[in-house]
Amino acid sequence: MSDATANSTPATPSASSLFKQDDRVKRRNAAEKRFKAYGLTAIGVGVTMLIILVSSVLSQGLSSFRQTFVTLPITVTQAEFEAAEASMLKTGKYKKLIQRGLEQRLATAELGDVVSIKDAMGLLSGQAPADLRMAALANQTWPLRQEFRFLANGRVDGYFKGRVTMEIAERDSRISPEQLELSQQLADAGIMETRFNRGFLTRTDGSPTRPEAAGLGVAFLGSLYMMMVVLALALPIGVATSIYLEELAPKNRWTDLIEVNISNLAAVPSIVFGILGLAIFINFAGLPQSAPLVGGLVLTLMTLPTIIIATRASLKSVPPSIRDAALGLGASKMQTVFHHVLPLAAPGILTGTIIGLAQALGETAPLLLIGMVALVQNYPSAPPAGLEDPATALPVQVYIWTTRSDPAFVERASGAIIVLLAFLLIMNIAAILLRRRFERRW
Amino acid sequence: MNDMRLTERAVDTNQLKITARDVQVFYGDNHAIKDVTVDIQDKTVTAFIGPSGCGKSTFLRCLNRMNDTIDICRVEGKILLDDEDIYDKRVDPVQLRAKVGMVFQKPNPFPKSIYDNVAYGPKIHGLARSKTELDEIVETSLRRAALWDEVKDRLTAPGTGLSGGQQQRLCIARAVATSPEVLLMDEPCSALDPIATAQVEELIDDLRSRFSVVIVTHSMQQAARVSQKTAFFHLGNLVEFDDTTKIFTNPEDPRTESYITGRIG
Ligand SMILES: Nc1ncnc2c1ncn2[C@@H]1O[C@H](COP(=O)(O)OP(=O)(O)OP(=O)(O)O)[C@@H](O)[C@H]1O
Ligand SMILES: [Mg+2]
Repeated sequence: MSDATANSTPATPSASSLFKQDDRVKRRNAAEKRFKAYGLTAIGVGVTMLIILVSSVLSQGLSSFRQTFVTLPITVTQAEFEAAEASMLKTGKYKKLIQRGLEQRLATAELGDVVSIKDAMGLLSGQAPADLRMAALANQTWPLRQEFRFLANGRVDGYFKGRVTMEIAERDSRISPEQLELSQQLADAGIMETRFNRGFLTRTDGSPTRPEAAGLGVAFLGSLYMMMVVLALALPIGVATSIYLEELAPKNRWTDLIEVNISNLAAVPSIVFGILGLAIFINFAGLPQSAPLVGGLVLTLMTLPTIIIATRASLKSVPPSIRDAALGLGASKMQTVFHHVLPLAAPGILTGTIIGLAQALGETAPLLLIGMVALVQNYPSAPPAGLEDPATALPVQVYIWTTRSDPAFVERASGAIIVLLAFLLIMNIAAILLRRRFERRW
Repeated sequence: MNDMRLTERAVDTNQLKITARDVQVFYGDNHAIKDVTVDIQDKTVTAFIGPSGCGKSTFLRCLNRMNDTIDICRVEGKILLDDEDIYDKRVDPVQLRAKVGMVFQKPNPFPKSIYDNVAYGPKIHGLARSKTELDEIVETSLRRAALWDEVKDRLTAPGTGLSGGQQQRLCIARAVATSPEVLLMDEPCSALDPIATAQVEELIDDLRSRFSVVIVTHSMQQAARVSQKTAFFHLGNLVEFDDTTKIFTNPEDPRTESYITGRIG
């Protein structure tokens, strides 16, 4: 009996050593260790996946930043230029001029008699005459005399990157094994070389048969313009909405309803916003198709809920005592919000905005619906007028390239993904830096 | 003109500043303040005492309409400041709060520099015409809150980096800087050491020459030391309101007596 009472009153601690863990502590520690292990496993799996993804993209895509070029001496007199411009088939004339340069270069390399000039011309990209024409059009002083670096054919480029082999060339109508051997000879003679390709970032998208000439210039500008539209619209509208809902609006059934709707909007599939944009901005408001303006508007609609939710959360997290302090001093609601609450909420708002922008940057589906999927061969002009010019966007460009049959586009799609990821990385770094500047503790 | 008003006030010390009639406060269904009628005189320190949760803070917050910020809070009855109903529809609470300053129960400095904390009120109310004037206001306010010597070398340091007691004095300085007519202080000394408490009490006594001060306190000694009038709250009721000396020596209500003796003894 006396034992039982002694057991039920643990008030007097038994003499136990601090050096020995008792059972409860052991169990709790074990649970903690297990939890840590789960966490580490999850992180490990995540990081592995990320590494696999990034390395596969990098291994496939990095080569798109390098391209095979043929360097030729080119001379164009003014008479030749005018004749070429006057003729019906302009590029044909320019092709002749390139051929002249190629013959010259082969002769100096003492390869003139060994190869057929037709085979050799076949090594060049179909884009070469057009490039020469652009240079001639921009030229001021005649004659134009210059070492020109022309793009090599995509197959030749693939040969130097290990994608095209002799066996493949055997079956390919657009390249022959002899031509590949020839290009090896040219490479040995220093006429052909693989080097950094700025054109991948600056050129417009090429035709499906000229992967070597395809670049991201238009897509990059399109994405940039759209981000500008989204930032200029979604940030102020989103922040203003959040401030109103959080700080000024009465809490009643209507604001509850709005809140629920905003949360639901954040979960609406993006393609629905595309349909909405098509109906409202293009069919109803009559804005042009394929324009970054319309894309930006659609993405703004899509991004707004994200920004509003993030902004409201960060406004909510500002301690109410700060508001009391300002109001107690006789600050108005607006002064309270703009002088005290908003600066404290800024890091959260920034994070939300960047998440929204990143989402918008990677969005493809709604852009397909509003016609940003076209093959655009002209750069959009500078904003604001350029906002209505046709353009594509980086993720759409990835999509377009992956749907093309030429295997050279696989490399370019991966390259575009790298550019997209770099874009995102820069945005995130900017966000982190900005947040550091704004961040304050209280 | 300003001077005239000051001398006028000095003559008539018993003039009423705030008159509260049958004030009821509800937090939703919770009836937190019941039928409180109280007269707060100008240039007087009025102390609110009472057990925790009896509604002292709630009533104090009615006096500058800080309760407006709480959605579920409802105030009924009449509160007059200089014979004007502060709950009148025409009254802008922002203007009211410039006249009726407040120091909160928990120190709540802005996450800005010490200087900006104090200068904020004068800035938004346009009390300083120049930087030197503002500097002067900041310095005098900090001196009155007995904080100047501790912070004069680091006015640009964040106010949130001060100790709890220093933060509370910073909040007092901030409230004083706007030169309110009434200063409401909710337990201003609860986080202060005896020396700072003495300094703040000195400040309160000094403020009395120009404003009327309402102070909530849990310290009977403090109420006895600084106040001329004392109100004892219990469960939302104003049990007794009289001269401080009377409350502490000869309370009429047995509840007051048991509270005071219980606390002191
Ligand atoms: N924001 C609020 N929402 C709902 N009820 C509240 C709120 N603030 C206070 N109350 C209630 O009102 C009553 C009075 O609270 P009040 O803060 O005025 O007490 P107090 O006298 O200041 O106490 P203390 O001395 O502990 O500060 C309490 O019952 C409390 O629960
Ligand atoms: Mg209180």
